[in-house]
Amino acid sequence: MRRLLVIVLLIFAAPLGAQDLLPPAPYANRQLDNPALEAKAQALMETLRCLKCQSQSIADSDAPMAGDMRSQVRQRIAAGQDPEAIRGWLVERYGDYVTYAPRMSALTWPLFAAPLGLLALAAVLLRRRFKRVGSA
Amino acid sequence: MNVAEPASALRRGWALWLPLALFAGFFALVMVGLYKPADREVASAFIGKPLPQFDLRPATQGRPGLAFAKFTDGKPRLLNVFASWCVPCAAEAPQLAQLAASGTEIDGIAIRDRPEDVAAFLQRNGNPFAAIGADDVSAVQLAIGSSGVPETFVIDGKGVIRHQHIGDIRAEDVPVLLAKLRAAGS
Amino acid sequence: MIAEFGLAALWFAAALAALQLIAGSLALTSRGAGFAGIVRPVAVVQGLLALTSFAALITLFMRTDLSVKLVAMNSHSAKPLIYKFAGTWGNHEGSMLLWVAVMGLAGGFVALVERRLREETLLATLAGQAFVSLGFYVFLLLASNPFERLPQPVAEGQGLNPLLQDLGLAFHPPTLYLGYVGLSIAFSFAIGALVTREVGPAFARAMRPWVLGAWIFLTLGITAGSFWAYYELGWGGWWFWDPVENASLMPWLAATALLHSCSVLASRNALRAWTVMLGVVAFSMSMVGTFLVRSGILTSVHAFAVDPRRGSFILALLAIYIGGALTLFALRASTVTEGERFSPTSREAGLVFNNVMLSAILGIVLIGTLYPLVTEAFGEKVSVGPPYFNPMAALFVIPMLLVMTAGPLLRWRRDSLRRIAPALAIPALIVGAALLALTVYAPLKLLPLLGMALAAGLAVASFLPLRGRNLRRTPLPVFGMVVAHFGIAVALFGVACDSMFSVERLLAARVGETTQVGPWTIRLAAVEPVAGPNWTALEAQLRAQYKDNAPILAAPQSRTFWAPPQTTSESALVTRWNGQLYTVLGEAADDGRWQLRLWWKPFVPMIWYGGVLIALGGVLALIGRVWADLKRIIARDKIAYRRARQGR
Repeated sequence: MRRLLVIVLLIFAAPLGAQDLLPPAPYANRQLDNPALEAKAQALMETLRCLKCQSQSIADSDAPMAGDMRSQVRQRIAAGQDPEAIRGWLVERYGDYVTYAPRMSALTWPLFAAPLGLLALAAVLLRRRFKRVGSA
Repeated sequence: MNVAEPASALRRGWALWLPLALFAGFFALVMVGLYKPADREVASAFIGKPLPQFDLRPATQGRPGLAFAKFTDGKPRLLNVFASWCVPCAAEAPQLAQLAASGTEIDGIAIRDRPEDVAAFLQRNGNPFAAIGADDVSAVQLAIGSSGVPETFVIDGKGVIRHQHIGDIRAEDVPVLLAKLRAAGS
Repeated sequence: MIAEFGLAALWFAAALAALQLIAGSLALTSRGAGFAGIVRPVAVVQGLLALTSFAALITLFMRTDLSVKLVAMNSHSAKPLIYKFAGTWGNHEGSMLLWVAVMGLAGGFVALVERRLREETLLATLAGQAFVSLGFYVFLLLASNPFERLPQPVAEGQGLNPLLQDLGLAFHPPTLYLGYVGLSIAFSFAIGALVTREVGPAFARAMRPWVLGAWIFLTLGITAGSFWAYYELGWGGWWFWDPVENASLMPWLAATALLHSCSVLASRNALRAWTVMLGVVAFSMSMVGTFLVRSGILTSVHAFAVDPRRGSFILALLAIYIGGALTLFALRASTVTEGERFSPTSREAGLVFNNVMLSAILGIVLIGTLYPLVTEAFGEKVSVGPPYFNPMAALFVIPMLLVMTAGPLLRWRRDSLRRIAPALAIPALIVGAALLALTVYAPLKLLPLLGMALAAGLAVASFLPLRGRNLRRTPLPVFGMVVAHFGIAVALFGVACDSMFSVERLLAARVGETTQVGPWTIRLAAVEPVAGPNWTALEAQLRAQYKDNAPILAAPQSRTFWAPPQTTSESALVTRWNGQLYTVLGEAADDGRWQLRLWWKPFVPMIWYGGVLIALGGVLALIGRVWADLKRIIARDKIAYRRARQGR
């Protein structure tokens, strides 16, 4: 019975969604030995978008390409590169889409002005309210 | 209790229309989004920039590997990123063969592939490639801003990326690629 | 036959909704007063017919009637019975039918029991409710008929997405829907109140149980959804600021604000226009959420239910409902007076602050979620994720939490900070001590640090409103508030612990190999195949030992489904009082080793315990409110009865 199961598993494992058969890149699923560097890499990976997946960071995706990207990130961090430099390297190739941390630009400033705008609006509406109380 | 308070109503006038205005903005935005559907593909931001330095081992017997040096010989060519495990890659084989027959030089990069699989793939679908490099960890793919297979890049004689075609090459894409190649050559 | 019966019931229900809308509107005019009598019965029958139609669909799914297109597309005869049942709403058409069925029933219930509002306001409310339902009926009947037959029955169905074959997830969408429906009733009340300009305590009291109920379901839905993402996606994350998650969070934020402003309106007759506005916004957010999820306009992990054509239909409904309601609001709200006044240090002011902060968070989430669409309209793609949402939301969450400690201690109308200062000294001391201890002992991460200190302070402060009260005579809603606020502190503590103390271990292990993750020692004892009803799996047997305790077995699986074919990884969790061990089995490596992903997450279950506590607080408040209403109704009936006897 068990052998049959294994055979069934093998049959189904192979053609699923046209996956490759190569082992993942060296650091796709392996942490850096230095915990401080690994923490740095992890923090960066959580903010990079997996390009093959719908909406996941490369830190939590099973896609092979995400694994290759993780490996790149870890190797570059291990080689002493700055996380933001690595992010920049990827943005240079894939555009802003690849980073979950939007950068301030001519097109994205409203995103960062939004909280200020909301606070200002709240202040205007509230001040008027309490002023009326004061005069009452 | 239900009597209007004209003074206060006037003062709050604009604020009352604000929600509707915001909603109108939202509506306009999603109408644009819905009727001008975004392409789900991630285009390379690396067009107009030179290929990085790389040197890939041969992906299979019978064709040499691929290195950056090859792209600076003054002749424009196509760089096809493919894999034997990718279904649309087989679908574009006739178009690649047609391009190769018209005298275009096509080099390939096989992503995450084993030599025997590449050989079998070429056996089945024909081999339009002059050279095929094996990119086992998608390193070159990442370095040129390619986000999937198949993708085809037009590279000019100095090794600069001039155009990116995402997805399999259909029959109607062949003239476009030829035109891009001519433009890259001039 | 059952399919045709269900479809007929649906058509009748739609016709009755139209009748309810027309009769309800006419009854508001001077000449149509005669129609007033039929509105209530029509609402009840409409609800029952919609329920009948949904029951017919359930029957079709339970029998796996493969001549019905929807069943053939989404079910499979080999599926376990519970998933056949849950499969009824695991698809677009079925979930829409569930929605109208619950909405119809809720409307019928309002028609039966609501007696506090003036008759005109109630008629306007029921007409509004019929208007909302009618849109969904048209949508179902014209664009997504769940009962459509296939020309030829198929031999076997296509099955349900394996990711959805999970008990938690099977009941996740209906939970959210119940929340959305509750908000649609609140929306109808708001419309009714705007039409008759009757915005006062009676309106707030009538609306409040529905908002509370909706809020309970939304809280549970979000809690369950985040737990599902946590253990099913297999990477230990529990919140990704994904568009679909944001879509479920936005109505919750609006409903939370509405709940609090409702209590100001009910007890103090203030914040009238604002409460009506929130009633409209809360339902708008559930519609916007549904639209974002269904239209597939945003890239999301949950691409289960995407169809652009249906997206346009929902958008049209959205425009009619929300655009209409907001226009009505702009025209009428200026004639709704502001109501009672209060000083900046009062319970009302605290609640206003809470409302403003919640609305601001809602604004941030909405803008962040939609912004990729904005840039795309200009031809650029950007991603907005945790690095934006976390700090921006914290900007408003932190002040809100601070006010939350003090607000419930303040008196209505006018109070002084000096009066409550002594009571606040305890939580303030705790926050200070926690901050100090954490800066010394933990790695410096600003937001988790603040979160943990605030959680400690809030946990204590949330019980302060009970201080000096006779607990037996304290009304149930006060306990509800205490429990819900304590739940916020508990969840926040879990969140902060997770981002501060989680330990991750990735490795490729041979059978027999041992590894360490945090205080755990874990041995890979075996990897064996196992079989389920419609899947097979490889299962790793991990002997997990916490410090010197007896080892516990954890068995993560890599599952392969065959209808439709797909692989999922099933994580295995070991929960202790002080945290959770999270294990995942990955792929096999060439040399006979297995990829393992292990996490030790101290106190992470607190996130979901907190969520459940928050919902429990809502339940307590709801029971308290409904009980008080019942007592009032009984007392009123007694008086009426006595009068009637005296009259005779």
